[in-house]
Amino acid sequence: MTNFLQQKVPIMEALNQYKSMRVVPFDVPGHKRGRGNPELAAFLGEQCLSMDVNSMKPLDNLCHPVSVIKEAEELAAQAFNAKHAFFMVNGTTSAVQAMIMTACKAGDKIIMPRNVHRSAINALILSGAVPVYVNPGVHSELGIALGMALKDVKEAILEHKDAKAILINNPTYYGICSDLQALTDLAHQHDMLVLVDEAHGTHFYFGDNLPASAMSVGADMASVSMHKSGGSLTQSSFLLINNDVSEGYTRQIINLTQTTSGSYLLLSSLDISRRNLALNGKEIFQKVAEMAYYTRTEINKIGGYYAYSKELINGDTIFDFDVTKLSVDTRDIGLAGIEVYDILRDEYDIQIEFGDIGNILAYISVGDRHLDLERLVAALAEIKRRYSQDKNSVFIHEYIRPQVALTPQEAFYAPKQKLPISESAGYISSEFVMCYPPGIPILAPGERITEEILDFIQYSKDKGCFLTGTEDSDIANINVLKEFVE
Amino acid sequence: MNLWYTENHSPNVRFSLEVEEHIYTGKSDFQKIDILQTLEFGRILTLDGLVMCTEKDEFIYHEMITHVALATNPAIKKVLVIGAGDGGTIRELTAYPTIEQIDMVEIDKMVVDVCREFLPQTASKLDDPRVNLYFEDGLKFVRRIENDYDLIIVDSTDPFGPGEGLFTKEFYGNCYKALKEDGILVNQHESPFYAEDALGMRKAHQKIVGFFPVCKVYQFHMPTYPSGHWLFGFASKKFDPILDLDATAWNDLDLKTRYYNTDIHVGSFALPNYVKEQLKDVE
Ligand SMILES: Cc1ncc(COP(=O)(O)O)c(C=O)c1O
Repeated sequence: MTNFLQQKVPIMEALNQYKSMRVVPFDVPGHKRGRGNPELAAFLGEQCLSMDVNSMKPLDNLCHPVSVIKEAEELAAQAFNAKHAFFMVNGTTSAVQAMIMTACKAGDKIIMPRNVHRSAINALILSGAVPVYVNPGVHSELGIALGMALKDVKEAILEHKDAKAILINNPTYYGICSDLQALTDLAHQHDMLVLVDEAHGTHFYFGDNLPASAMSVGADMASVSMHKSGGSLTQSSFLLINNDVSEGYTRQIINLTQTTSGSYLLLSSLDISRRNLALNGKEIFQKVAEMAYYTRTEINKIGGYYAYSKELINGDTIFDFDVTKLSVDTRDIGLAGIEVYDILRDEYDIQIEFGDIGNILAYISVGDRHLDLERLVAALAEIKRRYSQDKNSVFIHEYIRPQVALTPQEAFYAPKQKLPISESAGYISSEFVMCYPPGIPILAPGERITEEILDFIQYSKDKGCFLTGTEDSDIANINVLKEFVE
Repeated sequence: MNLWYTENHSPNVRFSLEVEEHIYTGKSDFQKIDILQTLEFGRILTLDGLVMCTEKDEFIYHEMITHVALATNPAIKKVLVIGAGDGGTIRELTAYPTIEQIDMVEIDKMVVDVCREFLPQTASKLDDPRVNLYFEDGLKFVRRIENDYDLIIVDSTDPFGPGEGLFTKEFYGNCYKALKEDGILVNQHESPFYAEDALGMRKAHQKIVGFFPVCKVYQFHMPTYPSGHWLFGFASKKFDPILDLDATAWNDLDLKTRYYNTDIHVGSFALPNYVKEQLKDVE
């Protein structure tokens, strides 16, 4: 029965129907099915441009869905076991922001790990909500941030009983999962909403033997990047809600910042990808897990690399591991992950998802071919043969506990001055500094700058990380608060 | 009956052969495999609609991919051949009594099966006791080997499709590692003439030059390949294909060849200016 309903693709069907009616367009977009912009049509394809149309009665309206978008959202909700699913056209960023702004007003507290994606802290700047940071554990050997420890969250909850919500990042980019069920139950006992940034966990809803998804444990809201493991077009995403979260209020929040011209290319890609996952997701992710397993095993045979998996599980901060992820620690060959990432692209024409100081992450999906996996493994073997150095040449920085002086919003809008970044220790930052990807802030607005942080920023720069976040695009200067805050 | 096989040699150039009979068609996990009986070229093998080998001109390709290296270093004993599903390269190698072991790695078993059945002219020596067949990805095979072979021959298809991995820097680097300190690498090096083939030629050269101290390219005339002008690469850790050629020793072996001789050996390294320039550009 479910499968039968999931065969429908209401937005795609409506677009096909609309195209077949050969309606004369005296509306936007002005390219008029590509005829007005032949160069663009030749580049992207005529079919693509003919589907780039405006909201109208037969195609519904993303800001206030009543027909085909509504139907497609209901099918998505059913596929993800949520109360409702919103189609998002400004990335998972917009979904994360809508979650936080739905849960918190200005001044409301929200408990979250500090290693969240920038979109979460941006939401704090926009809304004026106040973060209560829980330190994620750091793996003693791998140096990667872990999930949130139940004990730490409990402490934070008891200390901040007035907090409105907790935000959980699950899984992390590297595939680390927290004890989602226990965290959700704990937060619910204290009447807090549970928001899950599930940007890297779309497949949890479809595959077998994968970690628990947010909706399956009763979390209240989740942001899922359909464009990551779900196969839809870049920038398209789902926001899922559950329990007592109001559909109407959430929609109002989304509409505060959402375009009134939602792209039908993105919307139809969500619709079609949802059907594909609902009907074929199990086999798809089985295949992805097998490919990741094979590649991981082969990489570990090279020696010097450590492609980790479930053996890391410790019952708490690594409650589970997402085996579709291929994360590899590179430090034993004496190269930083970011260096391996650069060599793979510059020397071997292989583009991976990202490299940080200690790790690389290769994104495996159903679109991969076996011969490409062989290329990745062979290139890693070559990099070891040609470039490996003394293994002590890369060092991991401990997790730096942030010293929060002001909320992100207060700090961002406060009177500020520009300083050379090297002279900024002791001041309160008014802006972000982060490496992208992964886009997790090293420094967030409202946090005190320390020598330790500056060392880490310099080290990341030296190793070749792409730094971003400050008004000064060279990251040579940083805006700090004029007033010195104790 | 007017049945013609046609292949695009460039987006704007076609090459056609009159066909007597479509003998075999099949699809493996990797590619479409066909055997045609043609009037001019006898039996031909095509993969994904591209001619790989014909009864009439395969001798040119298979003699040139093998004898140049063996005349340069007659002491070659252990050889790795990657690709070469039709068996022609193996046939030439088995003529040398001094070769002790030939490992052949072909990703697509079906190509070998089809050639054994329909192209005995090339596949006849695959059962030589010195030959070991491995059906797996060539890139994966060489990755595990170090300092082991005297000669590696890369008898690959084009740099798109299943042969893609055999045109990569990681592959050539792994071959370097798998060769002994006086090892030689001979590879199918595409053609300088049509733009797409020339791009493959330049990229392959650029990648190989980075690893081997000796890195040359030689040419031969292949009527059924695009433009008829085709190249092999000769890369080595030690031997120079002209300075180290031992013509007397090779001629004393008294092997029967129809294209290769020790004069052609030297002459084939003399390249036209437009080819030299393209290669120089990427060195
Ligand atoms: C954990 C996490 N959350 C949210 C996002 C934002 O997603 P998007 O780029 O679709 O806006 C990302 C993107 O990389 C992410 O890694």
